[in-house]
Amino acid sequence: MILDNLTSTSGEWLRANGPEADIVISSRIRLARNLSTYPFTNRASAHQKAEIEAKLRGYIEKLDFNPRLEYLNLSTVVPLDRQLLVERQLISRELANSEGPRGVGVAPNEIISIMVNEEDHIRLQVIRSGFALDDAWQDADQLDDKLEERAPYAFSEEFGYLTACPTNVGTGLRASVMLHLPALVLSKHIEKVFRALQKINLAVRGLYGEGSRASGDFYQISNQVTLGKSETQIISEIRDVIPQIITYERQARQDMLRDNRHAILDRCSRAFGTLKSASMMTSEETMDLLSWVRLGVNLGLVDQITIGELNELFIHTQPAHLQKVLGKQLDSEERNSERSRFLRARLREIENQMN
Amino acid sequence: MHKCERCASPATVHITEILSEGKFEEHHICEPCYPKYVHDAQNKGDGKPLGTGSPELEEALLGQQECPSCGLKFVDFRNKHRLGCPNDYQVFQTDLRPLLENIHGETRHVGKTPRRLPKIKKEEARLAECRQKLKRAIEREDYEEAAHLRDQIKTLEEA
Repeated sequence: MILDNLTSTSGEWLRANGPEADIVISSRIRLARNLSTYPFTNRASAHQKAEIEAKLRGYIEKLDFNPRLEYLNLSTVVPLDRQLLVERQLISRELANSEGPRGVGVAPNEIISIMVNEEDHIRLQVIRSGFALDDAWQDADQLDDKLEERAPYAFSEEFGYLTACPTNVGTGLRASVMLHLPALVLSKHIEKVFRALQKINLAVRGLYGEGSRASGDFYQISNQVTLGKSETQIISEIRDVIPQIITYERQARQDMLRDNRHAILDRCSRAFGTLKSASMMTSEETMDLLSWVRLGVNLGLVDQITIGELNELFIHTQPAHLQKVLGKQLDSEERNSERSRFLRARLREIENQMN
Repeated sequence: MHKCERCASPATVHITEILSEGKFEEHHICEPCYPKYVHDAQNKGDGKPLGTGSPELEEALLGQQECPSCGLKFVDFRNKHRLGCPNDYQVFQTDLRPLLENIHGETRHVGKTPRRLPKIKKEEARLAECRQKLKRAIEREDYEEAAHLRDQIKTLEEA
């Protein structure tokens, strides 16, 4: 069962084997769909939600797609495990915290997840490592077609795929790219980038989506418009702007190296040193230090760890991951102690592998 | 262009009522009706929107049309920012179009369509045709044909 393996594995999209993976963590496509014969989730009765869940569960389990999806009935999954799925980006915080019949189909490599009874009956997502929106779209498009063979979608020729919130109607598509932009944050050019993106109707968010802050210098860039443009148009508008941001970030990194090489090297080494030796570590400080080390690796200043291993540490040091490994609930002080213990052990292990 | 919610002539006064934090109501009214609106608004006092005592009149005044499928009123959507069912897009299309224009800059879908849409449309057309034939069969009191058509409609509906 996927839940028991999550803490000893990592999603394929975290492995940093995709294009531009030094800056682009991942590319994600999300499609919102609803069944035509039921009210939207917020207005469906408990009985209707159970019917929707049962139907979609059947469709998802029979889905002729490689890899096969494993279905989890979230109303029987304990809160800690639901939190684990949130940290893995396989379900939304809203779905984890809501009530009633709901679930998720997950591919073992964590590239695909299909949420059931979120704000819309169906929220299908595909995540790929690096800058690979087109690959992610191809998978999402195919999965959508396969699902539609069985599930009668709510669709109007005028308004497209009908969704509970009119901000998603039309294509139901949210395309997003997760970027690591430490040099633009340090040089304070990031605000300029945001303003430029907002002007062309793209949204900027933190690591865990809507309302979350950008810890670890991670930023998610996504489309806001879903109606009146085709899927490929929406995707190409994001695809066209990302290379510019990558170029700015690379330039800012080179400027830093040229002007402050010693100071930067010192910050990266201290960050790595702290991660390897501290005995209390908050989530916030961990993100901050890992971000420095990640920058150091990309600048060739730190060579004892890979980007893939660092990506994994960002996720595995989150609260539910730590508690799942220990098999019990921890208060925040216990978590800080456990987090530093985990980091010390894992970094020692990585160092030994390298030698 | 909005119509006056009281007399259906073109609305020239646009009001956003703040009911409580995060809750808004929009009103579109023509100039002749505006004094009466203000009078009613001042008299409501109890915090309830525009009480007139007559449910029919209130429904007309507030555009409180209800979706026959899910029972949602457009005011509910204004408050919760979520629609109740797919049918709402049809029922509230006049209210939704300006909103969609605001959010997306467009009001017409141009992307992907479900693969089985042509099939569904064909089936819907056949269903409509059968229903018409049924109506005519009943009019000319051809009950044998009507029974046959009723069965056909039932099969089509179930599919």
